[in-house]
Formats: sequence, C-alpha cells, structure tokens
Amino acid sequence: MAKVQFIKSADVKPWLAELAKEHRVFAPSYDGEALLFRPFDPEQEIVLDRAATMPPKKTIFPQSEKLVDFTYSKDPENLSRIKIDAKANLPEGSTVVFGSRPCDARGFTMFDRVYLSDKNPDIYYQARRKNTLFITLACRTIENTCFCNWVDSDPCDPTGSDVLAIPVNDGYLLESVSEQGEKLLNSKLLADGSSRRAEAEKICQEIAGSINNTKDLTLAPEKLLAVFDNMEFWEEVSAKCLSCGACTYLCPSCYCFNITDETTGMKGKRLRSWDNCMSAQFTMEASGHNPRPTKAHRLKNRVGHKFSYYPTIHGGVISCCGCGRCIKSCPAGIDIREIVLKAIDFVPAAVEE
Amino acid sequence: MTKNIYLPEMATIQEVIRETHNIMTFRVTLNNPEAMKNFSFKPGQVGQVSSFGTGEATFVINSPPTRMDYLQFSVMRTGEVTSKLHSLKAGDQIGVRAPLGNSFPYEDMKGKDIVFVGGGIGMAPLRTLLLYMLDNRGDYGKITLLYGARSPVDMAYSYELQDWLGRDDLDTHLTIDAPYEGWEHKVGLIPNVLLDIAPSSENSVAITCGPPIMIKFTLQALEKLGFKDEQIVTTLEKRMKCGVGICGRCNIGTSYVCMDGPVFTRAQLRQLPNEL
Repeated sequence: MAKVQFIKSADVKPWLAELAKEHRVFAPSYDGEALLFRPFDPEQEIVLDRAATMPPKKTIFPQSEKLVDFTYSKDPENLSRIKIDAKANLPEGSTVVFGSRPCDARGFTMFDRVYLSDKNPDIYYQARRKNTLFITLACRTIENTCFCNWVDSDPCDPTGSDVLAIPVNDGYLLESVSEQGEKLLNSKLLADGSSRRAEAEKICQEIAGSINNTKDLTLAPEKLLAVFDNMEFWEEVSAKCLSCGACTYLCPSCYCFNITDETTGMKGKRLRSWDNCMSAQFTMEASGHNPRPTKAHRLKNRVGHKFSYYPTIHGGVISCCGCGRCIKSCPAGIDIREIVLKAIDFVPAAVEE
Repeated sequence: MTKNIYLPEMATIQEVIRETHNIMTFRVTLNNPEAMKNFSFKPGQVGQVSSFGTGEATFVINSPPTRMDYLQFSVMRTGEVTSKLHSLKAGDQIGVRAPLGNSFPYEDMKGKDIVFVGGGIGMAPLRTLLLYMLDNRGDYGKITLLYGARSPVDMAYSYELQDWLGRDDLDTHLTIDAPYEGWEHKVGLIPNVLLDIAPSSENSVAITCGPPIMIKFTLQALEKLGFKDEQIVTTLEKRMKCGVGICGRCNIGTSYVCMDGPVFTRAQLRQLPNEL
C-alpha cells in the first residue's frame, strides 16, 4: 500500500533542505533563461509551474563522465618501457531529483532496457540509477507540444518515479511509488494525505482530459520500415534540419554516447559523453565511408530507432516519452509527431502498368 | 562483482609483424595470467584494442582459438588509433576488450566444402576460421582459398602463404590485380578469378570478406556459381564504440553489428534495411 502524505507549498523548500542533508538534491531553477535541474540551493527560487528546458538526464547519465583513469609510469626494470595502469571508479552517493515530470522519469525506463541488460549491464549507469530517486510532479498544464498520451503515458504517470507529487490547491499530495520513495516521506513537515486523495484523482482526470487527442501509433514500426528506402520521403521531412542535435541532447530517452581519451602529462582519462546521431561524424568510418551520409539518412535513423527499431526489440515500447522538447527547441520547427504520422499514412504511388 | 564492460584487460605486445606498407600484425598476451588462461572465444569474434590516450578501435582476433599462445590482431593504418598502434613495438602496453560479437557458424559448416574468398585486409577474419579448420581438418570437406590483393607487396601473411600453397588438404589460389615482375600466381580481379576456379556450390559454404566493391562483385560471382544466400557468409565493419549494443551507432535497423554481427549470412543481410 502506497504511503500518501500531504505537504503545504510553503514547506517544499524546508523539506528539500532536510533531504539535502542525506542526498544530493536537484530541483528546477532558472540559469539565465534556461530552466534546469540544478543542485538545491535554498536561496534559489524553485520553479514548478512549467516543464524544465532540459530533462534531468544528467543526474543519472552525465553529459560527460569518466569511465577509466589511466596513468603511465616508467617500468623500473626497463626504463625504456612505459607501464600503464587503468582503473575504474564507480559513482557513489545518493541523489534525489525533485520536480521531474512523468515524461522525464519515464525516459529512464527506456535507458533501463538497454543499460541494465542481463548480458552486459553498464555498471556506471547501474550505480547511479539505483541511488537516484525521483519525486515526480504531475502536470497541471499541458503544452501544445506535449504528447505523452500518444506513447502510453499520461500527466500523472508514476512509471519510473519513486514518489508522485500531485499539485492540489494549497500544496502537493505525495504518493510513494517505490519502497525507496516511501522512505523519503517520513518528514515531520508532511501530514497524512489520505483525505486529499479524491481531490488529487479528480485533478489527474481533468488534466488527462485536457490533453490533445491521442493517435494510434501501433503501425509505426512497420510503416517506418516500409518507407526506409524512400529517400524522397526522408529528404522532404529532413529538408529544414540543421543537424544541430538539440533534439538529441534535450531528449529524456536519447542514450547514445561517444568514448574519447584525454591525457595530461603522465595521466589520462577515458570519457563517455553524450553523442548526437544527427551529426555526420556519428557513423563516419576512418576510411571515409559513412553508412548514413546525409541528414535524411540520419533523421531516418533517429525516428526509426525511437518508433520502429526500439519497439521491435523491446516488446512494443516506443522509445519516446512524448515530452515534446525536440519539437519546442528545434530551431527549424521540425515536429517528430508529423513525421511519424506521415509515415503511418504514407501510401506508395501506384505502379503504372 | 559485475564485470565492467568498459574496462580493458591490460595486455603486452609480444611481437609486431610488418605485413605490408600499411598493415601491421600484433601478437599480444593479457598481463593477467589467469585472464589469459581462461580467455575463450570463437572464430569471427572481435575485440576493442586500446591505445590509452588515443582511443579504441575494433579488430577481429585473427589467430584461432586452437592456438592460444597469443591473440593476434592485424591493423591497417587508416585513422588516429590505427596510426598510434602502428608506432608501438614489442613490450608496449595496450588494452583489450574481447571477445565481442558473434562468430562464424563453424559448427554448421561441418561436413561441408568450404570456399574462402578474401581481399586485402579482409583476409584477417578468414585467417582465424581457416586455421581453426586446418586444426580440425577432419571435420570439413574440401577447403578452397582464394586470396587477392592489389599487388604482391600488399599481401599480408606472405610468410605463411608458401605453407598454404604446399598443403595437399588446402586448395590455395593467390591473385593480384595487375601483372608484377616475379609473380608466379594468378593475375586478375578476385570475382573473375573466382569464376575461373569455379568451386562447386554443392554442399558448400562460401565465406568472403574484403573491400565493399570486391564484396559486391564477389557476391555476384558466387551467385553465378550457384551459391544460395544461405550458403554465403560475410563479416561486416561499422564504427563502434561500446561494442556491447549500447552506444547506438552500429545498428542497421534493429540489428547491432557489434552484438548481432559482425558475421551475417547473405540471407540475413537481405532481411536488414539497406544501410551498409
């Protein structure tokens, strides 16, 4: 049985201050014009009335992280020889993310299927994932770029979260989703919220009703494959693309990375950094050959991966959480929803006899 | 403790062989004797070889699992990592993450005639399987090898070719693109020479690897010789980083070359979207 607590709006900051004694706490606050998940600072205003510009992706998957430390040293037995020691350090400590949206938290479930496979678990991701808790804020306002309802989610979806916070009139109803989340709800600042449950449920229903009509994407996997060789289709939908990669960096479910080495003197590190499949370098081979030579090929792979390949591999789950950041932040105004719908509706020209 | 898929095993280069002006072969052993003793792999599997400070690149293990004194990688100098590897010498330290990927279906090939068609550095993966089969000679039927390069000086493994030519349990054909003084073997492009040799497709499997243009015409030649898609095996290359299906750059549709490959039959390749 989930634990249900209530917190007054004014007590949110003191509660986060309490949590910050034990965990690294991230909450959305403005950095210039960008609303970002930043380390909790009591002096900063926490902004909860809109979705953050960037999802809290880096709390579990840092923009750049060290995989291996290596050091060179002279071999004392043979001075012309360089010895190399390579070590890995796993991330430690626990993190609480406050104010993530259902789409943000659900994005990590797309990562989980790939990063936490039985065969090859990624232990850096694993270490952060199990020690990062999400207090997710249900959405009270829906933007015209939102489409979580198209991808089997809704504005009160607790999937991937540890606590779901539903904004009610004078505060938030806090429902534990996981056992770890339940432990976060023991503060004296919280009161039993059972009596407010009906109110919260009504709010969730109202919001779900206000989101734009859902679309059936069941056919997306096969329809996207059907237009794979139709480069005219892909050239048209990618014509405006600048290959800037904003869509990938802002996406809660984009998980591709690069691995690079850096050295200074006798020390070095191997880094894993976010990569961008919209860049020509992404698949460029040393020979000069590129299997995805144009932006049309690259956009095809990005849309194809999310709405066709990933669902085919992972039991039908679309690797998109419907947050709409790629639409909102695309400098050229490309709308991934339109591309998917266009592929679903595409009818090949009749072959003339 | 779960294995760290990104942390390479440290290894020592035991021997460096200069094969051609741009190909070098490295024979390496893992520094941890336990890891070396327990290392097991199948022909066709690859490894990520690291020069710490420069990076990693993918190479097939081209020594067979039947000869475990060392692991062998042949490296064609093409980019940053391969140039750095070419500067290394015996005693130098590298990192190895291996084995990765699938392998040649060598169990299914038992009892069949085998036709190897290798072009240039594409001979490396074939070498693994060829030596494995020679070490288990009784399991396989007639083995034919066609190995081609631009010229004699572009031909890797030149030091073992005499042995291969001399064996009566291996039908070896060497070819170069254009006449060359002192060359005693065939002259002509691989697909044409293949049609001249005309190995039978009956109860046979053809395994081919080489530059894309050679593969393209070799597949056509094999088709003329009656080889069905299921009888043709090749091994692919893609830019890879993680090697374990996570980093997201080597996929062709739903298939990850690093995990589901690098070895594919032609029949499997036809099922994939066209993005080689």
